[in-house]
Amino acid sequence: MSSIKIKLKEKDINQIDEICKCFNNEPGELINVLHKVQNVFGYLPAEVQDVVANKLNMSVAKVYGVVTFYSFFTMIPKGRYPISICTGTACYVRGAEKVLDEFKKQLNIKVGESTPDGKFSLNCLRCVGACGLAPVVQVADKTYGRVSPDLVKDILKNYE
Amino acid sequence: METVKLIIDKKLVEVEKGTTILQAAKKIGINIPTLCYMNLGDMHIENKPGGCRVCVVEVEGRRNLAPACATDCTDGMVVHTHSIRVLNARKTVVQLILSDHPFDCLVCAKSGNCELQDLAHKMGIREIPYQGQQSTYRKDTSPSIIRDVDKCIMCRRCEVMCNEVQTVGVLSAINRGFKAVVAPAFEMNLDHLICTYCGQCVNVCPTGALTEVDHTNQLINDLADPEKTVIVQTAPAVRAALGEEFGLAPGTSVTGKMAGALRELGFNYVFDTDFAADLTIMEEGTELLGRLTRHLEGDKEVKLPILTSCCPAWVKFFEHNFPEMKDIPSTARSPQQMFGSIAKTFFADKIGINRKKMVVVSIMPCVAKKYECSRDEFKADGNPDVDYSISTRELASLIKRANIDFLSLPDEDFDHPMGESTGASVIFGTSGGVIEAAVRTAYEIYTGKTLQKVDFEELRGLEGLRSATVDFDGLKLNIGIAHGLGNARKLLEEIKAGKSVYHAIEIMACPGGCIGGGGQPYIHGDSSILKARHKALYTEDAGKTLRKSHENPDIIKLYEDFLAKPMSDKAHHLLHTHYFDRKKEIFID
Repeated sequence: MSSIKIKLKEKDINQIDEICKCFNNEPGELINVLHKVQNVFGYLPAEVQDVVANKLNMSVAKVYGVVTFYSFFTMIPKGRYPISICTGTACYVRGAEKVLDEFKKQLNIKVGESTPDGKFSLNCLRCVGACGLAPVVQVADKTYGRVSPDLVKDILKNYE
Repeated sequence: METVKLIIDKKLVEVEKGTTILQAAKKIGINIPTLCYMNLGDMHIENKPGGCRVCVVEVEGRRNLAPACATDCTDGMVVHTHSIRVLNARKTVVQLILSDHPFDCLVCAKSGNCELQDLAHKMGIREIPYQGQQSTYRKDTSPSIIRDVDKCIMCRRCEVMCNEVQTVGVLSAINRGFKAVVAPAFEMNLDHLICTYCGQCVNVCPTGALTEVDHTNQLINDLADPEKTVIVQTAPAVRAALGEEFGLAPGTSVTGKMAGALRELGFNYVFDTDFAADLTIMEEGTELLGRLTRHLEGDKEVKLPILTSCCPAWVKFFEHNFPEMKDIPSTARSPQQMFGSIAKTFFADKIGINRKKMVVVSIMPCVAKKYECSRDEFKADGNPDVDYSISTRELASLIKRANIDFLSLPDEDFDHPMGESTGASVIFGTSGGVIEAAVRTAYEIYTGKTLQKVDFEELRGLEGLRSATVDFDGLKLNIGIAHGLGNARKLLEEIKAGKSVYHAIEIMACPGGCIGGGGQPYIHGDSSILKARHKALYTEDAGKTLRKSHENPDIIKLYEDFLAKPMSDKAHHLLHTHYFDRKKEIFID
């Protein structure tokens, strides 16, 4: 057995500690704590869950149980340029799925994953309120409208 | 006491407010079938997630069926537990549970003891109309326990055991929907974790999702090998439970038949772990008196209370959770390991064989013992003192496999010299027994007087946390007893906070002690079985001529011929151990 890999810096641990303290280190506040912690780190890696479990005096298995139960929580870091494809009704009927398939093909990742270099991550969302531009794709804070599968390559080129 | 009156299956019943329909029905002899429900009786823990829906009943005026385990009785309620609507719903529920269950009942380790199998039989299920997708989760094999999550029905009993009773916290429900399973954090394997291998999860699992690692085939091969001398030792709690596997009433002691069966199986020497339990008392008792004397002389460095160290799950528990106190437990090895150590040195020399040609097998009420004998510090040049351990259940299975008519076997004795034992060692198998055995010997050594009364009733019982004061001729010795790791944790927290009043504490990981071990015949929630086993051991003790470990003639001879005296250099080398800080051993991939 090797020892636990602490990748977290002391600063990170203190930050988690502060958040837990805000909730009086109450195990019943786990979900609230995880929300705040995910806001800080962008995701909830195993090491972070271990620290949270420790601070709230509960088992890390229970923390992991909650993290895997709610789809809001993620253990995978978002890419520097998170890609969101709208699969709401309007975008869907105008071919969002084919666009999504093309992104998956180009990036060689599945929905919910990130590229190994940490550049892109792929997610779906439901309706951004721009149905007139369907299908809509967001990359970081930029929105692309009327996207077709053959435009995907060009969109990705913007981030090279 | 506020009560409510209701009618269940046309029978009027009055119960205390807050009673569930399940309990009320039971009161008038109606046993509603359950699956996820678990009631740990004396431990005051009830698992009633109402998730499986097997216990549904019809309540007049209620739109849907109610889960009996999680629905409180109300005044004037009219309940039907076997209406056609109920029977159909129950059948559908079981069919749905079976729809994604692997159909390998014929070869499943739990076959014959599976509560799901029993239910399917009881419901008269002859076909599964629903074809669900089979889950294909990887199997997780540790030194003691196998997790086969494909067979998990999400009753979450193991989770309650692991978290609430044992406070180990390895198992939790993870994911959601079809992907939901009970698993450790980050879906790591048990052997990478703080799992103590107590096996209580195995005891409460209704299906074959959690079972013990099986060593019976290895044993059959070794027994057939003419090059090997195969020696067996049997733990005290085994004899009080083995008979249940052959239809005998719980609490029937089968010591003599067990010895006979082991000889029939072909072991070269049939010995007794009880012999080593007497040896443990000599070492642990001497250590206790040593620490106590130093304490009374004003030595501030001496560590008190001393904690017993016979239980491997408990040892692993404190190594993970309280490593800063690892110099408090007795350094005495467990009886299993003392036996192995003496067998492969003293006894191997006596019969003139090399330890590598000797196979020492233990029969244990435990699955953690499988892990314990694999620990590196209990090996000499890579050769383990105890080669492997099999559970009470595995022994029963072997006896059946070998066509041995257990019930008609005559009572036989153990072989000499490692088969002789006293009553003190017999009670090692139950909570309170180790410390009573230690007190019997320590009293006589400390006071130089003979005990007027050997029975220390004040140390006995099945309450999870107990304490008693024993009078050593004016010296009041405070004794604490805990069984169940959650109770043990409470005593350890007290010590950590400097608030412990005890001189000595006995700890056993399993509720009830070894009689309720993870390797014992399944009790299916019937805690009266534990009480019967408990009683059987004290009855056997009372029937023995010798009842104090230091009076065991073969132990006296072992010291004369081989070990010199308790805590001698040789005894230290062969019978004592050291503990590790395992706090940092868990790792996350």
